[in-house]
Amino acid sequence: MEASRIFPRPVAIACAVVLLALLAVPLLDSRYLIDLFTEIMIYALFALSLNVLIGFSGNVSFGHAAYFAIGGYTCAILLTTYEWPFAPAFAAAVVASALAAAFVAWFCVRLTDIYFAMLTLAFAMVVWGVAFKWRSVTGGDDGFVGVAVPAMLDSRVPFYYFTFVVTGLSAALLWLICHSAFGRCLVAVRENRIRAGFVGINTRLMRWWAFVVAGTFAGIAGAIFGMFHRGMYIESAFWTESATVLIMTLLGGIYSFFGPAIGAATLFVLERLTNEYTEYWPMVLGLILVAILLFLPDGLAGLARKLASLRARGD
Amino acid sequence: MLRTVDLFKHFGGFVAIDGVDFELEEGEKHAIIGPNGAGKTTFFHLITGHLRPDRGRVEYEGRELTGLPPHRIVKAGLARSFQRVNVYPRMSVFENVQVALMARDDRHFTMFRIGARFNRDETSELLELVGLAEEAGEQAGELAYGKQKQLELAIALAERPRVLLLDEPTAGMSPSETEEAIRLIHEIADARRLTLLFTEHDMTVVFGIADRITVLHNGAIIASGAPDEVRGDPQVRSVYLGEGGDGAA
Repeated sequence: MEASRIFPRPVAIACAVVLLALLAVPLLDSRYLIDLFTEIMIYALFALSLNVLIGFSGNVSFGHAAYFAIGGYTCAILLTTYEWPFAPAFAAAVVASALAAAFVAWFCVRLTDIYFAMLTLAFAMVVWGVAFKWRSVTGGDDGFVGVAVPAMLDSRVPFYYFTFVVTGLSAALLWLICHSAFGRCLVAVRENRIRAGFVGINTRLMRWWAFVVAGTFAGIAGAIFGMFHRGMYIESAFWTESATVLIMTLLGGIYSFFGPAIGAATLFVLERLTNEYTEYWPMVLGLILVAILLFLPDGLAGLARKLASLRARGD
Repeated sequence: MLRTVDLFKHFGGFVAIDGVDFELEEGEKHAIIGPNGAGKTTFFHLITGHLRPDRGRVEYEGRELTGLPPHRIVKAGLARSFQRVNVYPRMSVFENVQVALMARDDRHFTMFRIGARFNRDETSELLELVGLAEEAGEQAGELAYGKQKQLELAIALAERPRVLLLDEPTAGMSPSETEEAIRLIHEIADARRLTLLFTEHDMTVVFGIADRITVLHNGAIIASGAPDEVRGDPQVRSVYLGEGGDGAA
């Protein structure tokens, strides 16, 4: 009974089905689908990382793309310019995002609500500015192209499985963190920061850790992204990218662990489909956002929960 | 055990606490009363670190607490409840208490172990103690008001404090809930040998629990002593009890 409460059976079954389906994707032998699902997994991890901050600690970030970009650029530059082997380059990228998040968080956790959000945006714009202006290192607005992806990962299917394993393990680790004593206390901080302080929780330090965890895993997603596209572009650091991952998280549902991953997949597929028929994706995106805010305050995960409880009542 | 020296706090031009020297003895059940705006809640906020005094000191067992953040003061052994209900509304009743226990045991930075297993038995015991065992699975925000107050008490007790500060523990309760709350507070304070400091408007609660009363008026102490002494104090009668001020009985 205990295990079923933290990992309800329908969720467990859904996870198993998704994992098996993802494992089977390369069997379809479609370049389009393999690429599509590689990118979905990257964005799913990106959105899950943001939700540690938004859903679990209750702090909205408008600048989460910064850590995605730092991970992506660091990995790409170390592999290519400095010809580092894969493992240390990838590890260094993760450490770089973690350190950047730790630094920015040190300032941000002194603020709350909209002030917190604006400061995350400000720091993200600085990161974008550096990527834009430091042309000799980052390639500026031409992008950093021709990333030297290690030979082992240089073809589609191995890269797909690499992404599957790394994002899967990262998601598992995030799940554990969100369901640990830390995760529970973090929810208490979200629910009532003052009360949490009065039971002996150092709320500022908790929020700092949440920020660092979120930034670290965004860096992992970014590092994979740069290798997948064989390049990093300044758009990845721009505030619109932060907005995209924020909308993915909201669409999926911030009060659910897996919600943001569902939101990422849904939004990503919708964008692809819309772009095949019209050039008005931003408008469609706007309508989706309106729909979430008006009709789906708890996102798709909240909708699923509601339907499940309606069905249970109907039985 | 707990002492304030020349405590002073103002908000703009309004002096909320005006040089209060106060002493709480171990084992007391000490009530702080006074008309609305007398500074009772501000006094609590100053002791528990929610507000910082402009002047003066707070000492606990000879240790200076002045200016420490709330989470450090709680760790020193002072826990509090709030006047307005202050729980974690979207968490279950069980989790509300469990989080307090995890924080007491310094588990709130334990990231790589499932948290749901920690402190389960003690959580159940505490819920049993305050009479919320049956509501354990409910969302805290959906509990009836009186029950949320009981939950607050359980959260405050979870820290295993030596001094428990209750800010109007029966505010908003019905007469029968109030009676039950008095019985509960008595029982818990005796069983756990707690020193109790509380504010209250309802005089039945004050005289039902307190063995010592301090009267605040305009941010200053005008009387302090045993309930009968305070009841007979002419100054207290004139500013508070006799004039039919709010809650006067």
